[in-house]
Amino acid sequence: MINFILNDLNISTDLFPTTVLLDFIRKEKMLTGTKEGCREGDCGACTILLGELVKGTVKYKSVNSCLMPLGDANGKHVVTVEGINQKELSPVQATMVDEGGTQCGFCTPGFVVSMTGYFLNNLSLNPDDAIESLGGNVCRCTGYGGIKRAASDSISIFEDGKSDDRNHLENLISLKFIPIYFHDIKKRLEKISENHKSVDNKSSIVISGGTDLYVQRWESLVSSKGNLISQDKKLAGISKMGKQINIGSATTIEETKSSKLLQKYFPQWDNYLSLFGSLPIRNRATIGGNIVNASPIGDMVNILLALNSTVHLRDGKKKRLILLKNFYKGYKSLDKKKNEIVEKVSFQIPSKNSFFNFEKISKRTYLDIASVNSSIYMELKSGKITTIHISAGGVAPIPLYLNNTCNYLRNKTINTETIKNAAEISSKEISPISDARGSAEYKSLLLRQLLFAHFLKLFPQLVDPEKLL
Amino acid sequence: MRNVDSTRHVRGESLFVDDIVSPQGTLYGYVYYSSIAHGKILSIDFEEALHVHGVKGIISAKDIPGENQIGGIVQDEDLFAEEFVHFIGHPIALVIAESFLQAHDAAKKIKCVFEKLPAVFDPREAAEKGELIIPQRIFELGNINKAWKKCDYIFEGTVENGGQEHLYLETQGSLAFPIEGGGIKIISSTQGPTTVQRTAARVLDLPMHKIEVDVTRLGGGFGGKEDQATAWAIMAALAALKLNKPVKIILPRQEDIRITGKRHPYSSDFKIGLTKNGKILAYDVTFYQNAGAAADLSPAILDRTLFHCTNSYFIPNVKATALSCKTNLTPFTAFRGFGGPQGMFVIESAIYKAAKELGIDPSEIQKINLLKEGNEFPYGQKTLNCNIKKCFAGVEEKYKPEEVFDRIREFNSKNKLVKKGAAIMPVTFGISFTTTFLNQASALLHIYTDGSVSISSAAIEMGQGVNEKLRIIAANELSINIERIRIDSTNTSRVSNTSATAASKGTDLNGFAVIDACKILIERLKKVAADELKLYKTSRIVLKNEMVFYKNDKTDLTFTKLVNIAYQKRISLTAQAHHSTPNIYFNKKTNKGEPFAYHSYGVGIMEVTLDCLRGIYEVDSVKVVHDFGDTINKTIDLGQAEGGIVQGIGWMTMEELKWNSEGKLLTDALSTYKIPDIHAVPKEMKIHFLENVSNPFGPNNSKAIGEPPLMYGIGVYFALMNAMR
Repeated sequence: MINFILNDLNISTDLFPTTVLLDFIRKEKMLTGTKEGCREGDCGACTILLGELVKGTVKYKSVNSCLMPLGDANGKHVVTVEGINQKELSPVQATMVDEGGTQCGFCTPGFVVSMTGYFLNNLSLNPDDAIESLGGNVCRCTGYGGIKRAASDSISIFEDGKSDDRNHLENLISLKFIPIYFHDIKKRLEKISENHKSVDNKSSIVISGGTDLYVQRWESLVSSKGNLISQDKKLAGISKMGKQINIGSATTIEETKSSKLLQKYFPQWDNYLSLFGSLPIRNRATIGGNIVNASPIGDMVNILLALNSTVHLRDGKKKRLILLKNFYKGYKSLDKKKNEIVEKVSFQIPSKNSFFNFEKISKRTYLDIASVNSSIYMELKSGKITTIHISAGGVAPIPLYLNNTCNYLRNKTINTETIKNAAEISSKEISPISDARGSAEYKSLLLRQLLFAHFLKLFPQLVDPEKLL
Repeated sequence: MRNVDSTRHVRGESLFVDDIVSPQGTLYGYVYYSSIAHGKILSIDFEEALHVHGVKGIISAKDIPGENQIGGIVQDEDLFAEEFVHFIGHPIALVIAESFLQAHDAAKKIKCVFEKLPAVFDPREAAEKGELIIPQRIFELGNINKAWKKCDYIFEGTVENGGQEHLYLETQGSLAFPIEGGGIKIISSTQGPTTVQRTAARVLDLPMHKIEVDVTRLGGGFGGKEDQATAWAIMAALAALKLNKPVKIILPRQEDIRITGKRHPYSSDFKIGLTKNGKILAYDVTFYQNAGAAADLSPAILDRTLFHCTNSYFIPNVKATALSCKTNLTPFTAFRGFGGPQGMFVIESAIYKAAKELGIDPSEIQKINLLKEGNEFPYGQKTLNCNIKKCFAGVEEKYKPEEVFDRIREFNSKNKLVKKGAAIMPVTFGISFTTTFLNQASALLHIYTDGSVSISSAAIEMGQGVNEKLRIIAANELSINIERIRIDSTNTSRVSNTSATAASKGTDLNGFAVIDACKILIERLKKVAADELKLYKTSRIVLKNEMVFYKNDKTDLTFTKLVNIAYQKRISLTAQAHHSTPNIYFNKKTNKGEPFAYHSYGVGIMEVTLDCLRGIYEVDSVKVVHDFGDTINKTIDLGQAEGGIVQGIGWMTMEELKWNSEGKLLTDALSTYKIPDIHAVPKEMKIHFLENVSNPFGPNNSKAIGEPPLMYGIGVYFALMNAMR
């Protein structure tokens, strides 16, 4: 049985855990406020909030219900727009109406849910962050002007009305951002958590975040008994052991993005990962999923390649380690046995004299798949490159590690000539194809430009842009 | 008062086709379509598909009782392919099953054998082969041959514009079910309920009165559901008729993008001649419209390209030629602007080229050629109440273009890897269906005995706020509380022979019809009041703020009381009114006339920043002065302007339809076809409503607003071009 709370209602269902949550909401429960716009996590019309007990409090995150297996709702609070509705409009709803944040209304419930999620999740509020939280929702009518004004007005309503005598949740309830039943969700979830046993049905289809798997083949997944691993706590978490950082395979991209540990070693970390999918996608997509998916343009893999990461595989008690750059054998083909699952990925913490950069070009800057992406990690000693790892996505059938380019650059000093030569070498170890994201020539040119961008950004004083271009 | 539609939207309570509680036993249809761009169907085998669990039937051309024909302007489009397929996505059959997944699985088991035939995707190639949808169209003014000699400069060029996917958030869909007496009721997400009704009657071989089409609202239309909603509605109706069951078709997103029509790509040649001081004397332009495999609305769209080929400029000598070229792609269709944007893009390209060659800013040429009062368009109509110069002056005053250009020059001289650019974009857009007979609408207005009012009209609510505007118009006319008024669904049994809600005309046509219906009822109610107050004349009676006034004095007759007295006196509380736009005509032989009720005007200035290293850009600002007439609702009009601008920017920048050499669309999902998200929009958008511009030709002196703002997006393209200069 899958047990969870849907809005104010306790649910117990024995439907397949791989059932698409969106279908359960719309077809089983007839809650039609949640819309189907694309079934690939690219429009946000199906956005719901997923509340989970974390260290004694309920944490909410926005999720695309079109890509989420019902089984992963087990023990959680699922909130649709109907679960936000009260007799009067909430401030988010009212400002959306008053500022013209809605026209045809089809995307609107998704925006209302995402924006409400922003208020639930954030103690300190500002319009830019609120807008950031709407990155997974597209609107074809408004041009977003009214939506931005609504976000800003809602924040003012909260700031003007909040009281220091109440905690955040109580403030939200008292200002009618959320209905009163949210009060008891914590207690109700604790009861469910005590009662429920985790879903267990081992089969060959391992489903982690499902954010790509459900795009590719939801039709076949819903009639199979998938092995849902994303809720397996043993596989989640980021830790430092000596000089090594470990990221569990079920760690979400958003958890990775907001990791203080990683932000400490990579000051731009948060910015890099804001280019990965959207908040609802990052809330579900996992490190392990991104690695195993083997997409040649995966952003996280691109970064991990340049950190020369190691993949930790496990089959029962058998463990095996393999360098990420050796993990990919061909298009979507891995050096992984059928029963092996990725347990974690690890890399060395960057040394003090190291440099890191990530670049991504896509047609649209946010919530888009890269045309080309590239990461670089470098260690320098008295002006010479001692260690270097460069990755390139979108230019080969696999997430590419630029072996020859790295070999050339090792022990070189950085100057315009060296970089030009490196770009020349890189162009010979790639094999881009023409597709929806650009022609082979364009991608080839992009990689050259991104290599230049790495050095121009990291060593502006050593490189003359005029001579480079 | 809050917009009632918006209030429902934010609560997720608005009902779209797929949200309506389906009748018991509803079946689901899945469209099986051609996988090749052009070919002959040698054989088709449904046997295995029919045996898939849950499958209730498969219908194709042979199941059609009437005509297998859905073409509106030209009879060249079949509902289901019979002998030949003409594009990837050409429907061949509909699989009907108990669930969507069953239908989807079964469709994979259909075996269709084709003989491939040569396919054409390029409009110029089609034109060379004589594959035209209609004979070429030419608009002329002055004498272009004589004019070239007077020109000091002549520039020529060729430009291409891409198409655009509508990407309405609600995909195409319909639900049809049998009704008593052999009829069918269709709930459809269509902008043209009568088009659906008329075409269904033809295909199903039923009289139109046996087909009822009902539309509550659309999750976005933008023209994509004007003609292109019809096929799915009729397929559902045909299946419902055949199986005697309710049948629903909701196109999955990817199918919707693959098989439905989009904005037309064009390839165009221009030649522009100017005097030394920048006056444009002559303009010769040829448009090759990629119409796709069937006419759809392409001929009308082609005409609007010609109507707007000189945008906001007076050019005394013009020759504009347009060819609608038949290719093996999905039939292209209406999209906000309806061919106008393509026409404007070419004249702006010509001006850009001239300016570049002459080493001046395009805005210098734009400014001195702006339309003046009384100037003649190539189609014979002369400007009246021309506000384009006022808008331009407004931009100069408010947004200081000279300072913007100076600031940008300064920035660019200091920055190597990042460049800025700006452009000005004037927009002049004719308001009316250019097919004159479509400029009609009617409204049916009921007052109930509790004083509540229900209005039915031909207008379809698709986010543009027409419902709320009609409520405001009616509340204003009847002088009652807006809360009393409900806009009912658009239904062919209540309002007949409707024109599609399109051409930005929804509020204009239906608003006037509502006003007329209100006037009829007011007259009746005044008579009742006169009778009740024992007065002989009604002329001094006024209905105001829910009360009856006599000679400016309030009586004790309330609106509700009056309505009840009328009922008791057996006076009809229902009125029907029909409106048609006066004084418009267009002669399609001479291509001259007065096709437009009026013109809409506006000018924008756009700024962009270009990252020359990475080839990426940001839109810094779009600032506009626009003529809205007297706005009926500022929130709605502002939303139309902002939304149109962003959609236009999407078209001119990131949105890309890309086909492979076989004619298969590669950008057929939201992951590959990118529309602007909240980060991609201009960082700053300013929309100034031009003051003191009452429009006598619009209801409540307002102006149409749906389409014109889209064309500001063209300015962003030229701002990027200027940044690259």
